[in-house]
Amino acid sequence: MTIHHHISDELMLEYASGSLEEGWSIAVATHMALCPECRRRLSQMEAAAGLLVEAIEAAPASAQDNASWAALRQRLGKPSSRGNVEPRPAVLPEGRNVPEPLRSYLGGSLDTVKWRALGLGAYHHPIRTSDAATTVRLLRIPAGKPVPEHGHRGRELTLVLCGAFRDENGLFGVGDFEETDAEVEHQPIAEPGEDCICLAVTDAPLKFRSRIVRIIQPLLGI
Amino acid sequence: MSKSTQTPDTEDHTARLVAVGRNADLEAFEGLFRHFGPKIRAYMMKRSADRHLAEELMQETMMTVWNKADQFDPARGAASSWIFTIARNARVDAYRKSGRPAFDPSDPAFVPDGIMAADTMMEMDQEAGRLREAMGSLPPEQVELLKLSFYEEASHSMIAERLNLPIGTVKSRIRLAFSKLRDALGERS
Ligand SMILES: [Zn+2]
Repeated sequence: MTIHHHISDELMLEYASGSLEEGWSIAVATHMALCPECRRRLSQMEAAAGLLVEAIEAAPASAQDNASWAALRQRLGKPSSRGNVEPRPAVLPEGRNVPEPLRSYLGGSLDTVKWRALGLGAYHHPIRTSDAATTVRLLRIPAGKPVPEHGHRGRELTLVLCGAFRDENGLFGVGDFEETDAEVEHQPIAEPGEDCICLAVTDAPLKFRSRIVRIIQPLLGI
Repeated sequence: MSKSTQTPDTEDHTARLVAVGRNADLEAFEGLFRHFGPKIRAYMMKRSADRHLAEELMQETMMTVWNKADQFDPARGAASSWIFTIARNARVDAYRKSGRPAFDPSDPAFVPDGIMAADTMMEMDQEAGRLREAMGSLPPEQVELLKLSFYEEASHSMIAERLNLPIGTVKSRIRLAFSKLRDALGERS
């Protein structure tokens, strides 16, 4: 897998600082699991953050610090996690897999996903999160076919998990990450060969422009 | 930044953290606590002025440092960077019930680092020094953006509003800052 499209500095900074909400973070962290290059950039950002925390001028040593140390010292036992790193079942479910954190949200492989028809040969699978501000789902676009054209009211993050698609911004294959913003209209078309499966995160319900989909949209609840 | 970027004692803290990881060295841990504890408390206060909660989150952070120090790998970064990630996660967990979704290096579907890792390790101590210097030479408006992001978890739109800047300017300053830092580390960006 060669990744050509990465996470922008702006978005990565939100992830590194802790401000990025759950929905977006699933896409960002799952790309990172596939991409050593972005992990390296993340660790550079965290190194910068470490320096900034060190640069905080805290109040000079005080009685509070002594009390605080005394309290913590009392609680220190033998380091609790040493030596007993919890054995992790290193077994992946059958079929085509995605890395964590997405896999736990899916609860299985890509081959056991329960798809719901979107019309025009496309399918989706909503993913439940506790983040009400975003919509997180898998999209499955038939090989060689377009995703119904859509405009966004805000940010959309797309991570390719299977197959590939092409749009105004280029070709996106497995592991590639696309960020689009308000007012952008793009027309992704799945490459021929195999269906394209993506993780898509948006902050507003997609507003499909295709007339047929627009008519059935309320029925599908998308 | 300027004053603290000159502080040459990063290696001491990294060595202390290694000693805590290897031997549960209490003296080394107290050194870390005296240095980082007050800074982490102040970091927590930047998100909310609740002193009691800040103290609690600081103690929780240092407790995690004690318990997980054996997982710290000095080849992958400085003590300050590792301790920051623990403090950040403690703060996120305190404010958001979903926590912070993260990748898991022990996951069999995780794609490990390539062969470049050996080079990277050799350069690690140099890299910390270069980054420190580069941070010191960033223009103040870029440092301010990084501080607002890391200290307060301010989103781009909050920063834009606070500094009365278009959001596009906020984003391009962020890109500029990190491309300078990467340049200083000798990487293409
Ligand atoms: Zn990447």
